[in-house]
Amino acid sequence: MELLVEILSWIFILSGSFFTVVGAFGILRFPDFWARLHAASISDSAGMILLLIGMALQAGWTLVTVKLIIIGIFLFITGPTSTHAAASAALVSGLRPKEHPGLTGAQTPPPEKQN
Amino acid sequence: MFIVAALSLFIAMLLVLVRLFNGPTLYDRVLAVNTFGTFTVLFIGVLGFLNGRPDFLDISLLYALINFVGTIAILKFFRYRAIGDQPRPSDQAEGEV
Repeated sequence: MELLVEILSWIFILSGSFFTVVGAFGILRFPDFWARLHAASISDSAGMILLLIGMALQAGWTLVTVKLIIIGIFLFITGPTSTHAAASAALVSGLRPKEHPGLTGAQTPPPEKQN
Repeated sequence: MFIVAALSLFIAMLLVLVRLFNGPTLYDRVLAVNTFGTFTVLFIGVLGFLNGRPDFLDISLLYALINFVGTIAILKFFRYRAIGDQPRPSDQAEGEV
């Protein structure tokens, strides 16, 4: 049983580390603000939840697990909220996605008028 | 195991810092700061486990609270150009009359 918990915790922590690095790499490499939002969401939710589950498996049923669950709930609510606030503020300020000149077929509507 | 998590979080924080310093727009920087804060919360927690003192989780919880409030305050300031009370449209109408 101990070995099983240990292996599960290894799996969760390693995959969480993988997702955080992938999300950070996406934030660095993606061409556009609107594309970078996706990468930020990956590292904010997937990496965070997997790392916290791995740490909670290591800690067992103690007060530490309760704190980890509280941190997880808080980050689970506030991460998407702040990402949404950033997207909303960028949209209001007039930032628009780049339109790729090579793409054909998709008719993109003209950007909405600013208020 | 926690060494691996701490190292990968450290690398991720470095990558986000690069985007923070040469992000072309303001919102890229805000997004990078927010992600950096989330990584910091996780990093402090992992560091506590690494040292065998999981009490560090209190600090990381406090950091999560401050990070969220700070991000929302920055975005509100750059959207409305005011953090506190701001004149509502009805007040402006009364002032014009």
